[in-house]
Amino acid sequence: MTMTNSETKADRISGTRLGYRFNIIGMVGLSVILFWALIAIFAPLIIPYPVGEIVDLDYFGPMSRDFWLGSDYLGRDMLSRILMGARYTVGISLAAVTIACFSGVMLGMFAAVAGGWLDTVLSRFLDALNSIPSKLFGLVVVAAVGSSIPVLILTLSVIYIPGAYRFARALAVNINAMDFITVARIRGESTLYLIRSEILPNIVGPVLADLGIRFVFIVLLLSGLSFLGLGVQPPYADWGALVRENIGGLPFGAPAVMAPSFAIASLTISVNLLIDNLPKKIRDRSE
Amino acid sequence: MVNLVEIRDLKVEATTDSGRRVEIINGVSFDIAEGEIVALIGESGSGKTTIALTLMGHARPGCRISGGSVSVAGKDMVTLSEKQRARVRGTEVTYVPQSAAAAFNPATTIMDQVIEVTRIHGIMSSDEARARAVDLFRALSLPEPETIGRRYPHQVSGGQLQRLSAAMALIGDPKLVIFDEPTTALDVTTQIEVLRAFKSVMKKGGIAGVYVSHDLAVVAQIADRIVVLKGGETKEIGTTEEILNGAKHPYTRELLAAFEPKPRGAAGAAESGPAPLLEIENLIAGYGQVQADGLPLVRAVEHVSLKVEKGRNLGIIGESGCGKSTLARTIAGILPAAVGKIVFDGKELGRSARERSRDELREMQIVFQYADTALNPAKSVEDILARPLTFYHGMNAKARSARIDELLDMVRLPRNLRHRRPGELSGGQKQRVNFARALAADPKLILCDEITSALDTVVAAAVIDLLKELQRELGLSYIFISHDLSVVESICDEIVVMYGGRKVEEISPAKIKTPEHPYSQLLFSSVPRLDPTWLDGLEQDPELVRAYRQR
Repeated sequence: MTMTNSETKADRISGTRLGYRFNIIGMVGLSVILFWALIAIFAPLIIPYPVGEIVDLDYFGPMSRDFWLGSDYLGRDMLSRILMGARYTVGISLAAVTIACFSGVMLGMFAAVAGGWLDTVLSRFLDALNSIPSKLFGLVVVAAVGSSIPVLILTLSVIYIPGAYRFARALAVNINAMDFITVARIRGESTLYLIRSEILPNIVGPVLADLGIRFVFIVLLLSGLSFLGLGVQPPYADWGALVRENIGGLPFGAPAVMAPSFAIASLTISVNLLIDNLPKKIRDRSE
Repeated sequence: MVNLVEIRDLKVEATTDSGRRVEIINGVSFDIAEGEIVALIGESGSGKTTIALTLMGHARPGCRISGGSVSVAGKDMVTLSEKQRARVRGTEVTYVPQSAAAAFNPATTIMDQVIEVTRIHGIMSSDEARARAVDLFRALSLPEPETIGRRYPHQVSGGQLQRLSAAMALIGDPKLVIFDEPTTALDVTTQIEVLRAFKSVMKKGGIAGVYVSHDLAVVAQIADRIVVLKGGETKEIGTTEEILNGAKHPYTRELLAAFEPKPRGAAGAAESGPAPLLEIENLIAGYGQVQADGLPLVRAVEHVSLKVEKGRNLGIIGESGCGKSTLARTIAGILPAAVGKIVFDGKELGRSARERSRDELREMQIVFQYADTALNPAKSVEDILARPLTFYHGMNAKARSARIDELLDMVRLPRNLRHRRPGELSGGQKQRVNFARALAADPKLILCDEITSALDTVVAAAVIDLLKELQRELGLSYIFISHDLSVVESICDEIVVMYGGRKVEEISPAKIKTPEHPYSQLLFSSVPRLDPTWLDGLEQDPELVRAYRQR
């Protein structure tokens, strides 16, 4: 009896009943991501103190009943700042990764299907873009046009388009060599149809995995830019900016410098865990 | 009497991705005496390779030997430790894989790879091993036995590579050699050479062998006994004579029947209308840079002309590399012709598919050899069949659904298959879907490029029967490209033999026994027959063989 019980429970957890297998590690990753996404959405409703207000008389205060994650270098509540910071870190990164992957993948598939000089020109241009060091490129753009959220999103996506393009093109070139593409071509199908209906469904798995990795890169680059003072501007702060602001607390072991670092780590690691353990469809359904 | 190999009640099970266990070998027992060659025959999925691999104590990933015993020379391979098995592999039991090209490392010389076994097991010194390898090369009638070992795998032909992989298996002086479909990937004229070499070496050394194949005619030439397998169970065991002449089990009879070419009934009332359906004049096509004279660098098809009448079938036959597939691709417009005229149904077609109208494309469909790559793995059967219906006929969802049911009925597939994806179908089912997609366009001509080559004999025979039936119902014409003479013979009204990109002869199936061109004679005489004495009795003009077997 206990045997059957534990078995059905395991079934439910691993999601076999839906025809998918999803392991525990992937689920842990997914729940941490969902947690941060919810925080990003509801942050203004749940922060205990206003972000800009100095509420602690001490600076770099320790964790206490009033200030769960201590206070920062001005005595502001760290928990509130991290909760609000999630909005910027998650929001900007998500917007940037969506733009980067969408354009990169579309261009990549287009280049693979069209081939010829179009492919060559596009590939060389994006290779050239790829050769610019990403941090330097970010620095130059932000220095030139100033830092605002739209500028940050665009800069980050431009930096990651070539990678997404290369990845998608490499996958699409392989698919493009298959006979079913030839069949579709001599049926007289348009390039758009080939891209959308024949190639995309076959590369969507790896492309999603790539999107996850790129999201992590963007979070780290955004944190890096903010750490250098070129990201989100005060009084708002994303997690990278929070680390920079409170770097002075490092010698004191202040929670103010550690908490945002842990936040960055938890998000990036979770994304990696999720993309390594995406739900797999079970092919054997003969039961 | 002690047998070299005794397999008793062997069971192998596999675990699927939902954790379910499936028995893929279900209590198989048979023996192999010293020096005897036993063939395992059956369709794909019948477990023949799985059984052969258990002789080395190996089960493929996800599989497990779950019961029974496999005793080879007194050792039970099932209970040996992995370390003990490794000691047996390469010395007592060896393996010749299906694709020699994939079994050789392209980065080191052939000799180093052939003698690697002796080095691993420390059987003999490197010089001794080399000398023995050269002897083996000579015994396997390889050209230049002294120096061929210095070459790299890409510098020898497929048939030679297959014999070299046999040399690799024989160098450790094994008691048992496992041949896993070693000639399936070879052309018929090459196959003869390889089979002869295998047979003489095995007989001379008195080595026992297991020969895995789905081709009964090939097996008849080399095996002493035949084990017929289906669905992981033995259906029949008997000497080659017994199986060929007095098969008892219905499945064995089916296998034998599939091999007999069924002559195409009185060539369907030849409605020789005024104009042929397809007429090709002086076609040249190829690959590579276009030269000054406007021709491609490598010409795969040269000056080919042919004609297909309405409702009749044309067979194109030849060995790999003869340009038959290129010809099909040129006709379909995938590879634009450099020179030549393609007249289809009275209209001259553009050379490239892009220049043809949608209706012209619809009326000529092509079906490819590998249904695996010709069907989009990410789409369901329904979506695959629906697209041509929407694209060519502009059908709405309801009409489409009804038509898909009809199409599935036509190709004898159950209707509930429509929600499956290609990965969940068997090889024969996939090929039927592939064909149904061509039918969905309502074509007048279907180009079939080796569509039965990847299928088992029984399944292929069923597909051919289906094609004939559909032709009767729908009045289609086929161009049937194949390297398998019996297939072409059974379905075509006219046969074109190609060699080196040129059409060498055009004959009707009635005259197939007496071809005129020397190459056709060589090709047709190389097709294995269901007669154990065929190979030994076969005499081919050595001059002719040399002239046409330079690859």
